[in-house]
Amino acid sequence: MLSNEQELARRTRRAFLALGGGAVAGMAGLGWLSAGPITEGDIPPNFRKVLGLNESVVRSALYSNNNLAPTFPASAIGKLKPNGEEGLEDELVAADWRLEIKPYGSAGVTQKLAIGDIKTLPLHDETIEFKCVEGWSTVTRFAGARLSDFTAKFCAGSERAVCIGMNTPDGVYYVSVDMPSALHPQTLLAWEMNGEPLTEEHGAPLRLVIPVKYGIKNIKRIGRIEYTDTRPKDYWEERGYDWYAGL
Amino acid sequence: MQSLELKHRLTTRWTHWVNFPVLSLMIMSGMWIYWAYDPYRIGFGDVTLLHMFPDWFYKLSGIGKKLSFGMALHFVFAWLFAINGIVYAIYTAVSGEWRELLPDAKCFSQAIEVVKHDLGLGPLPPQGRYNAAQRITYTLIILMGFGSMITGLAIYKPIQLAGLTSLLGGYQWARFEHFWLTMGYVGFFGIHVGQVIKAGWANLRSMVCGYDLPKGAADAQ
Repeated sequence: MLSNEQELARRTRRAFLALGGGAVAGMAGLGWLSAGPITEGDIPPNFRKVLGLNESVVRSALYSNNNLAPTFPASAIGKLKPNGEEGLEDELVAADWRLEIKPYGSAGVTQKLAIGDIKTLPLHDETIEFKCVEGWSTVTRFAGARLSDFTAKFCAGSERAVCIGMNTPDGVYYVSVDMPSALHPQTLLAWEMNGEPLTEEHGAPLRLVIPVKYGIKNIKRIGRIEYTDTRPKDYWEERGYDWYAGL
Repeated sequence: MQSLELKHRLTTRWTHWVNFPVLSLMIMSGMWIYWAYDPYRIGFGDVTLLHMFPDWFYKLSGIGKKLSFGMALHFVFAWLFAINGIVYAIYTAVSGEWRELLPDAKCFSQAIEVVKHDLGLGPLPPQGRYNAAQRITYTLIILMGFGSMITGLAIYKPIQLAGLTSLLGGYQWARFEHFWLTMGYVGFFGIHVGQVIKAGWANLRSMVCGYDLPKGAADAQ
């Protein structure tokens, strides 16, 4: 029969072995998570898989187009930092600007709209908290047309698409967004900010304002919109950020 | 022969040791996220005693600038942090161990005596599994863990969970609360490790294997 001291020594050995085993298993798990081919600046593919799981949990359990971003009084409006100049380098010639549309299922661009065409849509105005992926946020007022109204008028039927892709006229900046978020009632194609016409650094003549996403999805100076089955490429996803980026 | 004294049960030990690396990873990835916008400070009015964090800290810690990877790591390990915490909370509630943990009315006056004892100024008051100061601190830490989960969710989905976020004072307040709860863990960790070192090997061993020698025998050694 073991003495108390022997019994304790036996249990201590066993427990430290188990703890060591747990540590090895944990390190192996971390190794598995971090394994796989990683493109420069991107995150390991298994991390992406978990972010994809998070996305499906959020989309099935939480997301609704009835969930609105809180709105604020005019007194709360701050000074929005014009973060990100990607795709804005060419000089903007406002009169020449056109928005190309490639509706769902079409082989190519079917229409090129002038800003006047888009301004025929009902005007919507919202003062929301614009949230940068960096962590800061600024209450800002935007006005423009709902992307859902735009879709219904210029690309009826494209609501059935899975994703929407947008890029700047030079193709340097590009985003893609899931369809429910694109059709959210607060998602706007905006041409006004804080009661003034959009400035160039904030995305004149037309930018996306999508409060249910981080700022990285709020593309400035949109040149082209396409409705797709697959997920069009996304600038910041390629640089290691979560594709969904939903709030 | 007396049998060994059971100090900590299996679930308590495993959730404790799982929490240590998981929370460490959450804090590290949290640092990567915070770095991208780091406005918090200790100070009053225009006087800043300590900016969170000074440049020398970022340099010295070698933590680097990894916002995107920090977010990915954070939103992967948040699952483990939450599940581990929930397992512990359910276990403690169902097993009845909460009775030994939750502070009672006496704890608040006794905790002062415990602190005095730790400073070498008096005897340790009578205690059960945990002393009065431990009961208060450990309960607080569990509540803070819950607070981290709630404030974290409020920052993660501030529109889908807009009610929760506004209950916490809004998006930026939730971020502020989430940050300072974390600083609370860091402070706790320092004190905790100091106390463990002071308490000695038998105490640490009991947190790993669960047992210690029977009280009388240990005293006789």
